[in-house]
Amino acid sequence: MADKPRRLNLNQKYQLMTRGLDWETTYQSMDDVFPYDKYEGIKIKDWDKWQDPFRLTMDAYWKYQAEKERKLYAILDSFAQNNSQLNISDARYMNAVKIWMQGVTPLEYAAFRGYAMLGRGFRGAGARVACQFQSIDEMRHYQTQMHAFSHYNKFFNGFRQYSRIRDRAWYLSIPKSYFEDAVTAGPFELITAISFSFEYVLTNLLFMPFVSGAAYNGDMATTTFGFSAQSDESRHMTLGLEVIKFMLEQHEDNLPIVQRWLDKWFWRGYRLLGLVGTMMDYMLPKKVMSWRQAWEIYWEESGMALFNDLSRYGLRPPKYHEVATKEKYRITHEFWSTIYQFSHATALYTWIPTNEELDWFSAEYGELFDTVYRPRYEYWAELHKNGERFFQKRLPVVCNVCQIPIFHTMPDDPLMNCCLVTEYKGTKHQMCSQGCKDIFDHEPEKYCQAYIPPQQIYQGNCGGATLEAYKEWLHIKEEETGEYYGSEDHRMWEEWKAQAAGTAVASA
Amino acid sequence: MSIDIKTTKIEPRRVTFDNVAEKLGEGKIPSRYQEVMIGVQQEEVFHYRPTWDPEHEIFDADRTAINMQDFDDLVDPRQYYYGTYVIQRSKQQEALEKNFSVVEKRGLLTALDAGLTERITKIIVPFRHAEWGANTNNLFIAAYGFGTPMPIAADFQGMDRLGNAQYITRIGLILSNNDPEILDQAKAEWLDEPMWQPLRKMLEDSFVLKDWFELHLLQNFLLDGILHPLLFQHLEGEVVNNGGAAFAMVTEFFVDWYGEATRWTDHTLKTAAGESAENKALLTEWRDKWLPEVKNAAAPLAEYIFADRSAEVMKQIADKLDTRSGKIGLE
Amino acid sequence: MAENVFIALQNNPDARPIIEAIVDDNPAAVVNDSPGMVKIDCPKRLVIRRRTVEEKIGGEFNLQDIHLTLISLAGNIEEDDDEFVLHWNI
Repeated sequence: MADKPRRLNLNQKYQLMTRGLDWETTYQSMDDVFPYDKYEGIKIKDWDKWQDPFRLTMDAYWKYQAEKERKLYAILDSFAQNNSQLNISDARYMNAVKIWMQGVTPLEYAAFRGYAMLGRGFRGAGARVACQFQSIDEMRHYQTQMHAFSHYNKFFNGFRQYSRIRDRAWYLSIPKSYFEDAVTAGPFELITAISFSFEYVLTNLLFMPFVSGAAYNGDMATTTFGFSAQSDESRHMTLGLEVIKFMLEQHEDNLPIVQRWLDKWFWRGYRLLGLVGTMMDYMLPKKVMSWRQAWEIYWEESGMALFNDLSRYGLRPPKYHEVATKEKYRITHEFWSTIYQFSHATALYTWIPTNEELDWFSAEYGELFDTVYRPRYEYWAELHKNGERFFQKRLPVVCNVCQIPIFHTMPDDPLMNCCLVTEYKGTKHQMCSQGCKDIFDHEPEKYCQAYIPPQQIYQGNCGGATLEAYKEWLHIKEEETGEYYGSEDHRMWEEWKAQAAGTAVASA
Repeated sequence: MSIDIKTTKIEPRRVTFDNVAEKLGEGKIPSRYQEVMIGVQQEEVFHYRPTWDPEHEIFDADRTAINMQDFDDLVDPRQYYYGTYVIQRSKQQEALEKNFSVVEKRGLLTALDAGLTERITKIIVPFRHAEWGANTNNLFIAAYGFGTPMPIAADFQGMDRLGNAQYITRIGLILSNNDPEILDQAKAEWLDEPMWQPLRKMLEDSFVLKDWFELHLLQNFLLDGILHPLLFQHLEGEVVNNGGAAFAMVTEFFVDWYGEATRWTDHTLKTAAGESAENKALLTEWRDKWLPEVKNAAAPLAEYIFADRSAEVMKQIADKLDTRSGKIGLE
Repeated sequence: MAENVFIALQNNPDARPIIEAIVDDNPAAVVNDSPGMVKIDCPKRLVIRRRTVEEKIGGEFNLQDIHLTLISLAGNIEEDDDEFVLHWNI
């Protein structure tokens, strides 16, 4: 051995710290120790070819993450002490945060568990360690989000019963079924679905414009955990890109499997993001960027650059991405119109945008908005003014795959509703799009298991067969739902504003 | 007249989330630990059966034979949520980093007596693989365990073990002046040296266990309860007494970590045993099944380190574990 | 269409020297400000050099410290002790 210590660079050091810790088991067979990483048909010849993104060792992880956590909790503490909820742009904004708590935070928790499964399940040490870091990061995200929302929960409705509605509410089946679909798939599909299709391709659409929007709307709590979480996400995105390259470099037989997953998970993720786009467009009183513009920057530019890069492996852009691009002018408006009519069966409030906001939509979305959606909103506003706020009497029919109400329109005709039907084992299943129908048809046995809330409700499995009984089962009270103007949140906000104005006048 | 802005009436409508209030009692203000440890794991309405385990739901109480009214009772007495966990570990790693730096700069470990160096090289360095095995097992609990607090604490425990394995790697590299050959050699011994085979077999057998609570008892109570005292109390004491104080500087974390992790392990086992006579009987049965095998796995290491004193050392360690068993409530 | 890579950093004092270093080392970089965030686009390849950041802060800088302010990125990553590179293989 040499007398003077050799110098090890970052890469060498990381290799020694992680690789080689594992071993080929002999007392038990490797297939028994790792029973799940072959049945999907992905062929791995050499796990050592795995390229580790970011190469964090445990001590560096503790150091960096502790520094982030110290900063984050200092801000959350001061936010609560100073009642900084008074600084948000408008209480309507809180509904975006409610959707986050109800629909996104539970996914962070599920991702923690899902990546723990991968962190145990892959037989390559490099892949496992990368998944373990992601697992504990996702745990961080659900916890920091709950700690941030804890303060909002003290004042605003829509947070308190999250653990009940997370599983039971019809509209939260959209994010929930998305993630459960991924976790119930095999490990390679899970990592493709979440690390690549969601984190790498689509997550920028969620975090960048929306969190920046939270900052613009004075919500420093969400901004802080959002950007802090995003610094972890960028590690996850890199993992996503590496895993795709790894699978494709390992064996040519992997290409068709990976391509099919990309097709499926692009569409599944895109459908889910329609909800986020709607939050961005409608629930941020101060606008940063429209969904259309975000789609152009993060999909049409960045997404296509990525798929150009990947074309050397024989991958093509995901199926139906052109449809998604055609829908960029309408998806958020169709979504909002739907939530507007059904919000009395949610723990959210909805409203008709102000005239100023409608003008912004007209500028961002052009003719289609002015001819189709604006007149509809103006009509509903008129009804509301006359004391006839418009709500649907029954719950919507939802897509058997994405679980979104079937409101989407034909790719080339925004006035014609799209509803596709597949019959499987004597039962008809409805889908919102060709993208979702392809997914169903490929794995009918899986999707016919889906828990479809409206069907369950009308079968009386959710506290009773009426909307009222259902809401009781969800622990949602009348004053926590429906129209924003005149709601408890709205009245409280107006009181705060009046007090603040009165105080300001009195001090002057 | 001037009204202070503070007089603005900002009345909270509630203290915490409904499910937290239901568990703690109305009006009680939860700690940050409690607020994220109650009811976060979903228990109802699953859309699809796992394709990798169609017999179970994604999260399923039936993945262990232990029964609990509420698995959220299996709390961590250290009250670690992510923030408190990483902040505590970062303080420890900062202190340890200083120790490592002193030891490296002054060549304190490379100056050890050859006999001591050999024992560290033969015992501590290959043990990085056992720590990796402990990482594997705790990740299993994090993945397939049930309830909110238990998978979380197991995940911390798993990451701690990766940290342990990496710190051991650094000790090895210090001893070899950064020559990676020392790690290859240690791995070859782990794979083939007769002394290591009972432990390697024990770990590989644990990798195929399906009951996560049984695995918790086996890994975190029995294996750790025998091996960590053997290596990081008794062997370390031996090294320190023979002029190897520097060794204690770089293993400080293992000792602190073990003391702390033991609190979690004992508390969760005690809670489960206290829940019902059936749980207690089951835990006792598992302990009786595995303890002799764990002792067998550790015996060749003890013999290598302590030669004719090994039986005495092993008895001291086993007695301590017995005392812990009694406090936990096992028969 | 320009095949841009990008990096987005939090808009805070820790990130500023990094942003300045990127601008110095990548003449084609375009800086876009948003609330709370700075996004830097660059055609095909963007490099962050440790030494340039160290000149800006007048002290030592570890490239892994980028994690503390990083929000997002697009491109393949190559990282060693001296450089952090984002690139497309086009």
